[in-house]
Amino acid sequence: MRLLTHNMLASNVKGVTNGFPLRLEAEKWAEKEVELNADFLRHMFSKIEWKALAGAARAVGYGELPDEADASMLDSEDFLRRFHHALLEIHVEEGALVCPESGRRFPINKGIPNMLLHEDEI
Amino acid sequence: MKLKQLEGLLGTLQQFSHPKVELEQYPTGPHIASRLLYTAENTFGDISGKVVADFGCGCGTLGVASTLVGAEQVIGIDIDPESLEIASINAVEMELDIDFIRCDINKLRWRDHWIDTVVMNPPFGTRRKGSDMEFLAMALKVASGAVYSLHKTTTRDYIKRTALRDCNARSAEVLCQLRFDVPQLYKFHKKKEVDIAVDLWRFEPCEKIMIV
Ligand SMILES: C[S@@+](CC[C@H](N)C(=O)[O-])C[C@H]1O[C@@H](n2cnc3c(N)ncnc32)[C@H](O)[C@@H]1O
Repeated sequence: MRLLTHNMLASNVKGVTNGFPLRLEAEKWAEKEVELNADFLRHMFSKIEWKALAGAARAVGYGELPDEADASMLDSEDFLRRFHHALLEIHVEEGALVCPESGRRFPINKGIPNMLLHEDEI
Repeated sequence: MKLKQLEGLLGTLQQFSHPKVELEQYPTGPHIASRLLYTAENTFGDISGKVVADFGCGCGTLGVASTLVGAEQVIGIDIDPESLEIASINAVEMELDIDFIRCDINKLRWRDHWIDTVVMNPPFGTRRKGSDMEFLAMALKVASGAVYSLHKTTTRDYIKRTALRDCNARSAEVLCQLRFDVPQLYKFHKKKEVDIAVDLWRFEPCEKIMIV
């Protein structure tokens, strides 16, 4: 799971109203270079919840994102590079996503988060 | 990538080893899958540079095809862990980066209209009535651009009506009719191969409601 995907997910536990962002607990992750697409990054910037991205990046040891960001920063190549790295080049392999409200843990194994709920949580 | 080349590559993917009847697991063949993605990209520009979700991804055929035609990020969702495992292997063998999530489509809680495009071959709803429309309603909730889906031609009028009335669709258009060979995976199919007519649909969701 990459951090782009993390930015889209909320807790699906029944009754939870404030399930975003899921807290990322990363035990194992990998980095893999991909080509930077500046147009795509600009497109994504409007959708990304920045604080959630910066928090998730810190959970995988990447502290190079500013705490806050605004669209004017997209003119900086350095900023784009960091944004790109955090969003698309880090793959969380093992760990968990934790619901901020209920504390329910969704395990991540072999890169795949398991968001399936038990009968009593539906 | 040329259509024939795409079709050829999709033909090399591993498919369900033990298909589960209750989940309606049968793969989208390379012929249909390649045409679906080719049309989405070349006629509508809905794939390259986009975030694409593959709903009920199974062994990942549609997600792989999306990546091959240029999707920037693909996310495949299925309820079945064994299919997801095969899908991951397919992605690795093709040297593609695809994210997979295990979840019940009905229980997705994603930020609204965050995905650009959804591609899917949902269960036809023969085992569990209505599951095709559940997939469609959820797809139109998470997509901001377009949803591509396959449905039985016999249900065409119903799909159109329900999509527009109940599923948040702004438009619903049949792009073409295809023949779908459902191989004899299941005992209740009497003939060797059941050839059914399916429609390739393109839906657009209603107005953006960005929720942050
Ligand atoms: C007709 S198959 C299509 C498989 C694959 N997309 C393809 O094109 O080859 C339907 C898929 O939906 C999955 N599925 C069925 N019900 C589901 C649900 N409620 N949530 C998520 N996936 C589901 C099945 O496991 C199966 O892989």
